[in-house]
Amino acid sequence: MAVGGLALIMTMFLIAAFASFLSPYAPGKTEVSLKLKPPSLQHYLGTDQLGRDVFSRMLWGSRISLSVGFVAVTISILIGILIGALAGYYGGWVDTFLMRFVDTMLCFPSFFLILTVVALLGPSIFNIMVVIGITSWMGTSRFVRAEFLSLRERDFTQAARALGVKDFRIIFRHILPNALAPVFVTATLSVASAILIEAGLSFLGFGVQPPAPSWGNILTEGRTYIFDAWWLTVFPGLAILITVLSFNLLGEGLRDALDPRLRGRR
Amino acid sequence: MASFVLRRLLQLFITLVGISIISWIIIMQAPGSPIALTIDPKVSPKIVEQMMKNYDLDKPIYQQYYLWLKKLFTGKLYSFKDGRPVMDKIGERIWNTLLLNLVATIIIFSLAIPLGVFSAKRQYSFLDNLGTLGAYLGISAPSFWLAYLLILGTVLLFGYPVLGMRSFVTEDFTTFEIVMDRIWHLMLPSIILAIGGLAGLSRYTRSSMLEVVRQDYIRTAKAKGLPEEAVYYKHALRNALLPIITIFGFLIPELIGGSIIMESVFAWPGIGRLSYQAVLSRDYPVVMTVLTISAVLTLIGNFIADILYGIADPRIRYQ
Repeated sequence: MAVGGLALIMTMFLIAAFASFLSPYAPGKTEVSLKLKPPSLQHYLGTDQLGRDVFSRMLWGSRISLSVGFVAVTISILIGILIGALAGYYGGWVDTFLMRFVDTMLCFPSFFLILTVVALLGPSIFNIMVVIGITSWMGTSRFVRAEFLSLRERDFTQAARALGVKDFRIIFRHILPNALAPVFVTATLSVASAILIEAGLSFLGFGVQPPAPSWGNILTEGRTYIFDAWWLTVFPGLAILITVLSFNLLGEGLRDALDPRLRGRR
Repeated sequence: MASFVLRRLLQLFITLVGISIISWIIIMQAPGSPIALTIDPKVSPKIVEQMMKNYDLDKPIYQQYYLWLKKLFTGKLYSFKDGRPVMDKIGERIWNTLLLNLVATIIIFSLAIPLGVFSAKRQYSFLDNLGTLGAYLGISAPSFWLAYLLILGTVLLFGYPVLGMRSFVTEDFTTFEIVMDRIWHLMLPSIILAIGGLAGLSRYTRSSMLEVVRQDYIRTAKAKGLPEEAVYYKHALRNALLPIITIFGFLIPELIGGSIIMESVFAWPGIGRLSYQAVLSRDYPVVMTVLTISAVLTLIGNFIADILYGIADPRIRYQ
């Protein structure tokens, strides 16, 4: 299952990378005489209300969805590692303070928080990535903290400390590499949820803005024509489903592989 | 136990202060203050000054926070859009949302736990694998997409309207038909709202069961000749369900986030839709209050879950 997920993810990457070669039409090319045509040999997945080729738009859309997923998760992982490492390594009031902060952040309904902040700052792809990143690091920081709490007592850490290695170096060179396993799992699963969040934001009109094609906004533009042009709703949704599914499968597979007993809450 | 509750209450209070500070920073201190967005450059400086005064933006920062908090808790926050007290606007819609979420929660718990237990009992059977696949699909599908597919399906099949809390024309309906109409309109959004949680919780129950049935006391129960059913439903299930109490607290923010989308899809007049409209029209006092209320609800949910956990599991000794 996990291998299948990985294969699908690789395929998605290749599609995103070679979108410009693979797409039969330019994603923005309108042909009003051909609007809302069902799937055919000329237009594999039909055309939309402006006569644009849905297949080409979805190929280009994969770039946006995947990059939102990856950049957002990179940001959240970096913040999560930093906060988890500081809390776990130093303990005491630093730990108490940071963990109270994590608890507080976890109380907010994340989707609503993201929606509000994106609406405040204005919906651009950059803002969306950053806002998803800075509102979803809490899980990572808890895992990293837990790892640090046990690793800081191990002999190799004590040895490093006895040799007079600086805290900064102990944290990032000695402990962190040992604490990364659960981070990979969370990261993979977070890519899935970031893609879903972008789709949800698009649906509410705060996603990546048209005419740039993202799966979320192709789907959203298509819902007006749901009874006349089902392909505008079904195909982008399927693309999101398959991509998110592959990341979830890979994430769960990694989790089982790394530690069969590790069952985190997402 | 008493000292544990007391310490948790103190933590609760600190988190509450944290919540209010974060909410306040997000809305009031984010780039682009509420004032800058509500007026256009042609408005005279005098009016800007007046608005600054109304929202206490002319005061020093620590006073702004205090005054904002006071307004929030004394119900003196007014909507930018129509000038009505925010609490009134929320009060008239919150029951619709609670109804929706209550039904969704009932669906989640009444289906997920039996499903999870069943899958665990027949691990790797065909039905278990089917359940796993279904759960993965449920977690991975965008909820609004499922909602549209369901709307498309039901409207094509039954030709009966699904949006809103009830059908438009109900004059010639009997009482029974009105009730059925309401239930029909309630079911679709609740089902979609429940899918994510259902998928997640059934998987969680399954893995929790699988872990418990490997414990020594289960082997003991089996060894002393207890019937299979008694071992599963009395000994194993009770222990497997313990961690699920904690999930309960985390369900609240998920459901509130989901409500925003579901209420928009189904034109359901609840606070999810209210807050979405408020976000659209940049009605900050409303957004703000909903954000704070939902965070506080989550906090209370987690607190109750913690206490319940202590009561349900005697192994946990709070010190």
